[in-house]
Amino acid sequence: MQFWIIQILNSLAFGGILFLLASGFSLIFGLQRIANLTHGSFFMLGSYIGASLLREHTPGVDLWLAALMAGLLVALLGGLLERLVLRRLPGNPLGQVLVTLGVAFIISDACLVIWGGDPIPVPTPRAVARPVIVGHFAFPTYRLVVVGIAIAVAISLHLLLERTRLGAMIRAGVDDMQIARAVGIRVSVLFTCVFCLGAGIAGAAGVLGGPIFSAYPGLDADMLPLALIVVILGGVGSLAGAFIGSFIIGAIYTFGSTLFPDVAYFILFLPMIVVIAYRPEGLFGRSRA
Amino acid sequence: MTRLLMTLAVAALIALPAYAGEFYINLASQILIAAVVAMSLNLLVGYGGLTSLGHAAFVGFSAYVYAWLTTKLGIGNGVASVSALAATTALACAFGLVALRATGLSFLMITLAFSQILWGLAYRWVSVTNGDNGLSGITRLAPFGTSLDSAAGFYWATLGVSFIAFLAIAAFANSPFGATLRGVRDEPRRMAALGHNVHLIRWITFVYSGFWAAVAGLLYVNYNKYIHPSALSIANSAEALLGVIAGGSGTLGGPIAGAALITILKNYASAYIERWNMLLGFVFLAIVLIVPEGIVPGLQRLVARRGDRKK
Repeated sequence: MQFWIIQILNSLAFGGILFLLASGFSLIFGLQRIANLTHGSFFMLGSYIGASLLREHTPGVDLWLAALMAGLLVALLGGLLERLVLRRLPGNPLGQVLVTLGVAFIISDACLVIWGGDPIPVPTPRAVARPVIVGHFAFPTYRLVVVGIAIAVAISLHLLLERTRLGAMIRAGVDDMQIARAVGIRVSVLFTCVFCLGAGIAGAAGVLGGPIFSAYPGLDADMLPLALIVVILGGVGSLAGAFIGSFIIGAIYTFGSTLFPDVAYFILFLPMIVVIAYRPEGLFGRSRA
Repeated sequence: MTRLLMTLAVAALIALPAYAGEFYINLASQILIAAVVAMSLNLLVGYGGLTSLGHAAFVGFSAYVYAWLTTKLGIGNGVASVSALAATTALACAFGLVALRATGLSFLMITLAFSQILWGLAYRWVSVTNGDNGLSGITRLAPFGTSLDSAAGFYWATLGVSFIAFLAIAAFANSPFGATLRGVRDEPRRMAALGHNVHLIRWITFVYSGFWAAVAGLLYVNYNKYIHPSALSIANSAEALLGVIAGGSGTLGGPIAGAALITILKNYASAYIERWNMLLGFVFLAIVLIVPEGIVPGLQRLVARRGDRKK
């Protein structure tokens, strides 16, 4: 029983981290039609920045502050990438993908130069390091907190998109960019905002995932395909799809690697095949004619 | 004129071991292998309009099957080669059915996810693949009892196979089927309205491309006599794609030029700096931002412009 509780919590926490990663990817793709292959690198960069901040033992910096700072830094980097590079390739989705891939290579190699090849652990904050004991069972607190944060971010993003003026403008841009421009929405500013937002969430997610994965070279290549699978599964551009997809993939990955460690990676592929075969646009995706 | 140049070029390639040292012979073999990968990928990217970021999966899978059959099961090299080609082609058949449900960026993401999963499998399925240690102790094919262990012998065999690959891919691209494929790339709806089976045309191309990638995988594993999960990595898929785009997708010569450029750059760069991946990233940026149509069409355009000016 204790085994199952731990596994379920692990899979939920993993799903939560995946959601933070995939939601940004999905938002960017939905609005800008850019498959941002640097998204895994943003995550890894966030992890490393968080690990460094916490390692320096700077007074007053705890994991939450580190996540915030890493998120802001990575958001800034994302904004630069969007403004300086992607902006030069309008209407060239293939070129944009290749550029983001090129930047992903540069970032991953730069991380290797700066932080070296050994994994850097990120300590679990002391306040939530002890498990919560209910009856005879122990629940790892940090995992619970991560799930809580993911749900909070999901609700905030939902409210942002559905209830605010900015969200309405983003939705207008997704639905019909030319008309949105015609009624006076500055779509180009919107693009930068969404790109920064997506990158920032990924960077912060990297720090929050730190105590679970720690920061290591290759983290980007491990996370990016998971985010892709989540987005393909849930439907591109759909927040609900990213949410459901993340927890499905989180569960499959966690249980798969405990029960069938050799082929866990392969099992991940199965739900994707089923969904693509029956609903190519994803579970919550809208078909684009 | 062109034919004369072609003959001269082929003669120069055949005679290469007579005037070049072993390092250059091996470099030439590597270029040829990369060229076969790029040519097969070009069928999808250039002629089919389907940008795949998972082509290394087929190359690596074929290499792994060959390595696994010969080292772990002790099957003869000839039978293992045929099995590797058959297994990879079968994989392409099955995978094409799934991936071709989508086009454009979704196709790219699905191929990427697929190849990453095979990569993860190669790392983690240790009982079959030896994981991070890779499979070693692989011996080269000896067609009709001829040993290919010398650099020159292997080079000639690779040259022969690459030449056949070039002819077969050129024949495919220039055939009426190739014309319908280009039609599907440019106007899928009109082609469907004209009664062409768009999905089937793409699928056949996908499988054919996968087959030639498998051939390249056999060359690769025979050349290196070793296989590691990194053969399936996204960096390798990206290198192949960069070769196609750098050279000029949708042209017959472009991918060869691109693959040669990338291979030479990689060999020379890694002699001086350790940071090949970073350089690869910058080359990506440079090519996409400066010569987005590729080097061969770019040069053609420049030459054409000069010709216009002369008139």
